[in-house]
Amino acid sequence: MFAFIVRRIIQATVVMLVIGFIGFSVKHQLGDPVRDLVGISVSVEEREALREQLGLNDSFFEQYGRFVSNAVRGDLGYSYFFKKPALDVILSKAPATIELVFVSSMLILLLSVPMGLYSAIYPKRFFSRLAMGVSIVGVSIPVFLTAIVLIYVFAVQLHWLPSYGRGDTVNILGWESGLFTIDGLRHLVLPSIALSSIMLPLFIRLIRAEMMEVLETEYIKYAWAKGLTRKRVWLVHAFKNTLLPVITVGGVQLGILIAFTILTETVFQWQGMGFMFLEAVERSDTALLVAYLVVVGALFVVVNTVVDIVYGLVNPTVTIASR
Amino acid sequence: MQTKRQKIKDSYLLYSFRRDKVAIVSATILALFLFAALFAPMLAPYDPYDVTSIDIMDAEIPPSWMEGGESRFFLGTDIMGRDLLSTMLYGLRISVAIGIGAVFLQAFIGIAIGLASGYLGGRVDAVLMRIADVQLSFSTLMVAIIVSAIVQVAFGVGRYEQIAVPLLIVIIGIAEWPQYARTVRASVLGEKNKEYVEAARVIGLDSKRIMFSHILPNTLSPVLVISTVQVANAVMSEAALSFLGLGMPVSMPSIGSLINAGFEYIFSGAWWITFFPAMLLIVFILVINLLGDWLRDVLNPKLYKG
Repeated sequence: MFAFIVRRIIQATVVMLVIGFIGFSVKHQLGDPVRDLVGISVSVEEREALREQLGLNDSFFEQYGRFVSNAVRGDLGYSYFFKKPALDVILSKAPATIELVFVSSMLILLLSVPMGLYSAIYPKRFFSRLAMGVSIVGVSIPVFLTAIVLIYVFAVQLHWLPSYGRGDTVNILGWESGLFTIDGLRHLVLPSIALSSIMLPLFIRLIRAEMMEVLETEYIKYAWAKGLTRKRVWLVHAFKNTLLPVITVGGVQLGILIAFTILTETVFQWQGMGFMFLEAVERSDTALLVAYLVVVGALFVVVNTVVDIVYGLVNPTVTIASR
Repeated sequence: MQTKRQKIKDSYLLYSFRRDKVAIVSATILALFLFAALFAPMLAPYDPYDVTSIDIMDAEIPPSWMEGGESRFFLGTDIMGRDLLSTMLYGLRISVAIGIGAVFLQAFIGIAIGLASGYLGGRVDAVLMRIADVQLSFSTLMVAIIVSAIVQVAFGVGRYEQIAVPLLIVIIGIAEWPQYARTVRASVLGEKNKEYVEAARVIGLDSKRIMFSHILPNTLSPVLVISTVQVANAVMSEAALSFLGLGMPVSMPSIGSLINAGFEYIFSGAWWITFFPAMLLIVFILVINLLGDWLRDVLNPKLYKG
């Protein structure tokens, strides 16, 4: 088990180095820090001196080494648009994205588990068929269209809910939160529904499929034979064993949700990391772009590694295979 | 023997197709869309790329059955005064071209890597599959968004838009190859130890021949199944990229960039610029997904029972 964890962490480190390498090559090819720093009036000699001073004449790999060692210490470059270190910019935008992802995952969890279980237990009932039918339509609708429809119906036509921005936020220990004001919560409703709409069908189908498989197994038949109540068989014996695959897939999908935040945030003008990323692309803010790449890359790698390790801890077959 | 078996399979495919109403309807709609995309220049009432025929005074005319609509523009016009129906037809053409192109590229890369990985095994397999796993863990959409963002910053928006079609094919193709590689590898591992492969090896054929003309044909049915879903995914990715402004330009819109262009006008009441392309996109993806589901059920009886 220990070897398995170590191996996973080494792999994660290698992947991070590769991401850093990609990020650095982009920076190396696209950005010219000297041009960003000085105006037009600075002479060629002075520019050369500055280049030498900044170490831009060193070899590619020397510079890459410096990039990595800076990144490890939390220095991901300087955004010349925001006039702030890139990491600070990203961290100031992160709470918005994290809250959006958090509320959406809660929605997904609270809706998909009961719906998935119900349609597995009673596959022939009307509601189950409806859930299955709606879920294939749901998978086919791109998240930005769901978002647009929600805005059109609830913001433009009915004027019930605001359509853009985060609304009022309160500062709690340096964390700008929209979860504790009525206005902030109202602003969260539409974006989080839109974001969860893409994953909800997947989870309902997954839970249903797993649950149906578990209900066919011998030990469930044994549980029925023992004369346990239906509730106990379904919720304690069967549901527990559907959770394992759901957790693995859930972890990976959590990463994928981050990709979809870019779309959701664009539609709702949500001031999070994804919105910032697209603005950085428009402004050709290379430093910020690369910093986003590294931060999101790290997020994916950490989530995947943790999921793998947790899975390894929970599921004994993985441990045996890794010996 | 081979052809006979193939024939039976084909007729079973046809048989279950005839019995499945959803499949028939989906296939009909899909065929209609593909036909419309292929013959867009002949079917469209106007040429949306012909700048001389476009009058900005015609902008934002509602559909013909609404108040203020004009009969010459059946579905109304977009923000630039182009006939929406014609622009949608041309947009569908671009979306379909990018979707199919990207899937061909994915399939090409993925099948080559999957075959090599499954047949050669050992260290090659370990390295290639690790790469595939890592890339898949990043979400294909994320990879596509980041790659296209970097390319756009590198080339500048103007140059990017000129070569957007081949670029998008390459970007989406690169982002999604691991799906194919994994599928093909799995079926190669299943086929590799069968007797016919051993027989081929015994009579002294080289591994290239065995890989491509013996094993490959037997791995194609799962490839076919994922291909349908992959086309839907590719079209959806393209629409998402275009919606973010990282795809096709508004001057040569795909379905996604039309939706993006119309989105800004939804608040002023011009809903049709977004609505019709959006419906087109949803129906297109839905019918492909339904067909994909059906195909998976038919070609994979193991799943069918479950």
